[in-house]
Amino acid sequence: MIEVIFDLFTSHYNYWMAIILMLIGLYALIAKQNLVKKIIGLNIFQTAIFLFYISFAEVTGGTAPVYLPEGAEALYVNPLPHVLILTAIVVGVSITAVALSLIVRIYEEYGVMDEDELMKVVRER
Amino acid sequence: MSIMEQLPVLLIIGPIIAALIILAAGWHDRRLCYPVMLLSITGQFIASLVLLLQVIQDGTIRYYLGGWAPPLGIELVIDSFSGFILSTIMLLALLAIVYARRSVEAEVPAEKIVSFYVLVQLLIIGLVGMTITGDVFNLYVFLEISSIATYTLIAGTRSPRSYVAGFNYLIMGSIAAGFILLGIGYLYVATGTLNMAEIAMLLPASYELSTVHAAFLFLMIGFSIKAAFFPLHLWLPDAYTESPSAVTVIISTVMAKVSVYAMIRILFTIFTTAYIIESFPVTEFILLIATIAIVAGAILAIAQNDLKRMLAYSSISQIGYIMFAVGVANQIALEGGLLHILGHAMMKGCLFMVAGLIIYRMGTSNMLELRGVAGTMPISCAAFALAGASMIGIPPTIGFMSKYYLVLGAFEAGYWLYAAVLLIGSLLAAGYIWRFIEIAYFGDHHHKGDQTTTPEGPISMIAPMVCLALLCLILGIFVEMPMEIIGPAAMILLGGI
Repeated sequence: MIEVIFDLFTSHYNYWMAIILMLIGLYALIAKQNLVKKIIGLNIFQTAIFLFYISFAEVTGGTAPVYLPEGAEALYVNPLPHVLILTAIVVGVSITAVALSLIVRIYEEYGVMDEDELMKVVRER
Repeated sequence: MSIMEQLPVLLIIGPIIAALIILAAGWHDRRLCYPVMLLSITGQFIASLVLLLQVIQDGTIRYYLGGWAPPLGIELVIDSFSGFILSTIMLLALLAIVYARRSVEAEVPAEKIVSFYVLVQLLIIGLVGMTITGDVFNLYVFLEISSIATYTLIAGTRSPRSYVAGFNYLIMGSIAAGFILLGIGYLYVATGTLNMAEIAMLLPASYELSTVHAAFLFLMIGFSIKAAFFPLHLWLPDAYTESPSAVTVIISTVMAKVSVYAMIRILFTIFTTAYIIESFPVTEFILLIATIAIVAGAILAIAQNDLKRMLAYSSISQIGYIMFAVGVANQIALEGGLLHILGHAMMKGCLFMVAGLIIYRMGTSNMLELRGVAGTMPISCAAFALAGASMIGIPPTIGFMSKYYLVLGAFEAGYWLYAAVLLIGSLLAAGYIWRFIEIAYFGDHHHKGDQTTTPEGPISMIAPMVCLALLCLILGIFVEMPMEIIGPAAMILLGGI
């Protein structure tokens, strides 16, 4: 039983890593009180998804998808997920920028970074 | 290479250029922004109508971006379903922009107006893109364009509370977008393609794989958050209440509808009825959650004292009606659901416009301070009553017609108990709509001083509101007109054509 689990882990460890990172990110996103830490959690969460995309594109023994002497027979890595993730990284950066600027505004206005305290201050006003 | 053939892509590229022109014009003179914006939205609206007529005449339009055919390139697909949604959202966007001018002047700081209009334009580009794209990753990109624009727009008022509402929506929206991205990844692993039509073709071979189940669940949860489908609606009340009135009108009508559209697309076009009914039966579950949403949203709405917040909770209830149609999943119920997308967009747009005008005129949206407001603002309150009647489902409004089809569909499928819940939902809707009507018409007059001496509000704010209220009535009487396009759309979803 344990060997099966161990095999399952070692043969797909890249996916396990993506899952673990994703859960760390989600945990920080939901449970952390500090707004900036939430955004860090969001970044970890997004990075885990990027990692997932990149790792399923991998072909064992494949090379970069450029023109090789073998022509079409060459074994190469699927380039499409990489391109998709380039787009997703840009999106992630923009979301982080918007989120941080909102945090700056919230801090200027209320003087707190902590979610619970923020809710208290917002309710009082 | 006529311009007609290129219309689908111009619908997206034109406004992107317009957004840049708005920015440049805003540098030169702030007053130039609005005309450019109005011109580009009007152009988009006309283009969407032309495309809809073309779809009715010649059937589905497929446009290959850059001339690359689907497995390699991205395609834009306009069939009767997306054409219908496209013209609905463009009509509402146009009316919302007409309405926005004076409302924005009052609620958004002057130095932010240029960026406000640029963001609204980007939001509409994202939503139009989501509607007409035929590629799942493209759908994600457009979703993010519209989401990022929305996060900033919600935080656009003078009130600092809107920053918090915007931030909370950003957190929820990013989790949703992450789940959607993950779901798309699983779909790509299972099929090796990103084109919607091709995924639908290749997917039946792997219906039993857990990869496909995972993809389905991630996509469903993601879009449920985006559409504020009941247990995942928590971001919605704050976002709707705190954002500028014009933005509330746009996001409550246009954005919410497009999210539901995307969910229905995923359910029926990509996974098809064979999957959601037989391989992985979720329709009954969706039906159950939808009925809970209808009742819970309406009860929460009755408990609110703020007019905008009440309407926001009512939106949660109304999204339940649309998802009810998805849960029943037969021709008549889906026709009712699609009609409700149009109907709810119009009535909720009208109600939020009334709320915005009340804030513009009276400076508050707290219902307890609005006693006897009908004496000061007769036209708005009449529009509210008309759209409210449609929300309750009083014949002959459009709200009655869509609920009628929903009940018929539920009967046909044998869901008697669920059909009864629809009627309870209507009763509860009567509860919260009536509450405002009673306060507005039968409350004591506190505002006797400024009665009828001054006009009720700017004509640019009253006209779109009255227009939507009358449309609720007219389209309810001449319901065959929208049904002509909704019938084939529902048929496409069920795999008929």
